Amino acid sequence: MNGSVNTLALLPEGILTLAGVLVMLAEPILKPGTSRKPLGWLAIIATVLAGVASGYQLHLYNLHGTMRAFSDSIQIDPFSVFFHLLIAAVVFVTLLGSLDYFEGKATHAGEYFALVLFGAVGMMLMTCSVELLMVFVGLEISSISTYIMAGFRKGKATGTEASIKYFLLGSFATAFFLYGIALAFGATGSTSIAAIAGALGASATPRLAFLALAMIIIGLGFKVSAAPFQVWTPDVYQGAPAPVVGLMSTAPKAAAFAVLLRITFFGFASMEARWSVLMWAIAALSMTIGNLGALKQKNVKRMLAYSSIAHAGYLIAAFTAFPENGIAAACFYTAAYSAMNVGAFAVITQLSGYEEHTRTIEDFTGAALRRPWLGALMTFFLLSMIGIPFTGGFFAKFYVFSAAISGGHTGLAVVGLLNSGVACFYYLRLLVAMYARHPHELGNDRAVFTKVSVPASCGLAAAALGTLVLGILPGRFVKLANRGSLAVMTIAKPAAADTPVETGVNTAPK
Amino acid sequence: MNFDHSILSLIVFCPLVGAVVLALLPDRGKTMAFGALTVTVLTFLLTLHLPSHYAAAESVGSFRFVQDSAWIPAPAIRYHLGVDGLGMWLVVLTGFLAPLGVLASWNAIAERRKTFYVLFLLQQVAMLGIFVALDLFLYYAFWELSLVPMTILIATFGRTKARRTAAIKYFVYAFVPSALLLVGILWLYAKTGTFDLPRLTGLAAAHHISGNTAALWLCSLAFLLAFAVKVPVFPLHGWLRDSIAEAPTAAVMVLAGKTGLYSILRFSFAIFPEQSHRIAPLMIALGALGIVYGSLIAITRKDLKELAAYSTLGHLSFITLGIFTFTIAGLDGGIYQILNHGISGGALFLLLGFLYERYGTYDMRDLGGLAARLPWMITLYVITTLSLIGLPILNSFVGEFLVLAGTMQSTSEHHVFWTVFATTGVILSAAYMLWMIQRVFYGHLGVVSQEIAPHDLNGREQLALWPMVALMLLMGVASPYWMHTLDANAVKIATVPSPAEQHPHERVEIRTTASTGFVDPQLSQEALRALATTGKIKSSQPAPAPEGRLY
Repeated sequence: MNGSVNTLALLPEGILTLAGVLVMLAEPILKPGTSRKPLGWLAIIATVLAGVASGYQLHLYNLHGTMRAFSDSIQIDPFSVFFHLLIAAVVFVTLLGSLDYFEGKATHAGEYFALVLFGAVGMMLMTCSVELLMVFVGLEISSISTYIMAGFRKGKATGTEASIKYFLLGSFATAFFLYGIALAFGATGSTSIAAIAGALGASATPRLAFLALAMIIIGLGFKVSAAPFQVWTPDVYQGAPAPVVGLMSTAPKAAAFAVLLRITFFGFASMEARWSVLMWAIAALSMTIGNLGALKQKNVKRMLAYSSIAHAGYLIAAFTAFPENGIAAACFYTAAYSAMNVGAFAVITQLSGYEEHTRTIEDFTGAALRRPWLGALMTFFLLSMIGIPFTGGFFAKFYVFSAAISGGHTGLAVVGLLNSGVACFYYLRLLVAMYARHPHELGNDRAVFTKVSVPASCGLAAAALGTLVLGILPGRFVKLANRGSLAVMTIAKPAAADTPVETGVNTAPK
Repeated sequence: MNFDHSILSLIVFCPLVGAVVLALLPDRGKTMAFGALTVTVLTFLLTLHLPSHYAAAESVGSFRFVQDSAWIPAPAIRYHLGVDGLGMWLVVLTGFLAPLGVLASWNAIAERRKTFYVLFLLQQVAMLGIFVALDLFLYYAFWELSLVPMTILIATFGRTKARRTAAIKYFVYAFVPSALLLVGILWLYAKTGTFDLPRLTGLAAAHHISGNTAALWLCSLAFLLAFAVKVPVFPLHGWLRDSIAEAPTAAVMVLAGKTGLYSILRFSFAIFPEQSHRIAPLMIALGALGIVYGSLIAITRKDLKELAAYSTLGHLSFITLGIFTFTIAGLDGGIYQILNHGISGGALFLLLGFLYERYGTYDMRDLGGLAARLPWMITLYVITTLSLIGLPILNSFVGEFLVLAGTMQSTSEHHVFWTVFATTGVILSAAYMLWMIQRVFYGHLGVVSQEIAPHDLNGREQLALWPMVALMLLMGVASPYWMHTLDANAVKIATVPSPAEQHPHERVEIRTTASTGFVDPQLSQEALRALATTGKIKSSQPAPAPEGRLY
């Protein structure tokens, strides 16, 4: 199927684009003031279909092997399917949780659903592209959607601030990414990841190539909010609507990590000795800055923003390991992180509502006692973030740090786990506040008491189930992540053959 | 029908099922309390299966009632449960204390009953899991899980406004060293490829874990630190006072001691025998210091709960002292004392809780002269106190006597000094306990005890206390019944490990190439490297690359 214009390769993206366009067309036709829920349901159905399409692609892969399309710029393998499914799941939960969120509050609520879908298209495109320019196109599609969504509560000053900050710094980072692509082209004569991998060994300008990689890492580091490119995160998370934060703290990051994994572990594999030092530093820095920053936060969304910086750090620790362990560990971490984070923000969405009644930790005092089920779910997600066993977060940390230790980086594991010790403190402050007995003790009784709608409860249940299953039966997911890691290292057989990809497994699964 | 292979799972998951059922039932009247009582009594009855079938049960190594099946294929994590004498009696003790805890909370917990009992049952699951898990990973999972319900219990049901700080303190104190413990566990796995305790014990005995002595030492310290904080060993007791002062009675009864001490005995001693023997003098000194420090502080306390907290530190230090002597008498005494403290300490906290329910204060200055008004209470109180002090024919006498005898048996002068030092603790503990009795029950009527009409122990409270009092006497006069199952543990631990030879790497290399059975590719690789660098591996160097995939 090489080289052909194979539309099957972009089937999930196609479905989502079509649905997005339909939503955009329907939005102005619907009378102002009428419910936008049907548009939301359309988006949800499209997301489910996109997930099914990704599953079908995996089926095709099992039958025919790796599928490439559009002049080898798109590659469908278990790695891309893993991230497609992850993104679809995150979008699914987000949409379920935000069906009622904008209802009657924001004008043009339908646009929100379209933007979520377009964002998902961009993210999915990123994960299956093996051509840097194609990655760039995906990155832009997803970024622009998230810029707009961040400021979707138009009346709020913090929302606008969030949107503008995110947009300006985001464009800056994208410029770095583009610059990196240009330098990579200069050093190797190609923008295809496989070709870069092939040409890198013979490159006359290895320093230029490394500079290119460094630029790319900066660009993607911004997207995943890794230190020292994290400054935008707290402000944006604080200002953006809760369901949007749930989405943008998980799915675009997953996509950016997917790209980073492909570029580092395959494209620039021969330079691993150099970039793994860089990753070591970024990982240690992100964890420390994230956790120390979170300690003094009073606003819950800001605190979770710093927490997401720290989680990016834990995840990047996987990049220092051997490829076959590191990639699988990173994939697993992405999945677990997405499940618990999207779940936590879904709970916050329900508790604080559109007007954000509960902002600070004190506002959450006693919330778990008045809303036992929401409280229990939030507790579960927070415990997963701390890394308590029987949750996805625990196994995620476990895999990442055991990969780092077997790669000889015991020091990084010690830094990481001490960091998770620090981290438990601020998660606990929130958890303990939610269970503190007398909510009136502090004069705060702000949590919203509206009933959680059925779709929202389904979304919450899905996130909780994901976190639980990843924490009790991680075997199946590890297997898929593992197949994904093999796929990354066998991106293109001819190129791989003459590239000194390091140890181990670079034979293609037939 | 033979339950032997599934009984431990039944015991662990019975409270879990109970917790789920309670969470779904409506919180009306005494529904929750009755439900929790049913579940805990049922669990206790299940645990009784263990001692009654212990002799007949099939043993795998030194463990019985073993259940071993694959859980997660890669990394190789097994669902491996099993108990020996030590684990079995701790399981029974946990099962025994649970219904009493429910009885103690009957009226004390008047609101948010559902939250309370669900968390209480989850705490049971975690503790039972700790005592039966034989896979390091599974054990760690239960170990971490045990922090969560307790933290929420303290945060929600704490007595004063300091409860939130106390809850966070408890969690952070326990969690940070546990994070290092996880590094240790992962390092062990990276070296040996297994989480299985019996296998690790075997490898440790043969010095097959790693040739890197410095790393082994660090790993053993990570284990010991995590456990010592949980015991707590002096001077790591910072969390103890606040947690005991805040936590509700039923939670305090299971707060300190058992899990940490069990973990030292089970994991530190088994995986790091040599390091544990080497660090013993330090731990003996800390134990003796803890006894005297705890007792001295207890004498100065006016608040009953604080007094009980420092007395707990003193009594737990006795156990630390005993088990680190590595003599059979010391270990026997220490292990026996774990059980004793669970019962006598638990009874003391129950009585304090009942007193608080009546008078609403723990301040001894407000009480006084209660003996004539509460005859049943004073009777049981005095028996409990005498048991804690270590009066002959009651349980603690056996334990404390053996501990001190064991410490004395040791040949070094050093130990004799600490024994004499620790023995003063016996006197001090008698001093503060009897003084407490005097201040609470004798003398003039205090302000509070004058105001509030007396009502003696009711039927429910007597039901909670009498089994404990009976056991205090029974364990004092019939100690051989327990000792003969516990003895095996003591004998095994007391055996001095064979020291590592001068050139362990050469030996490992010979073994791995010569043996036909277990060949660890990683070990041989490591041995080759070690030979190449003449037996020295710097700890800063990256560990050798494993051949196999991690997962």
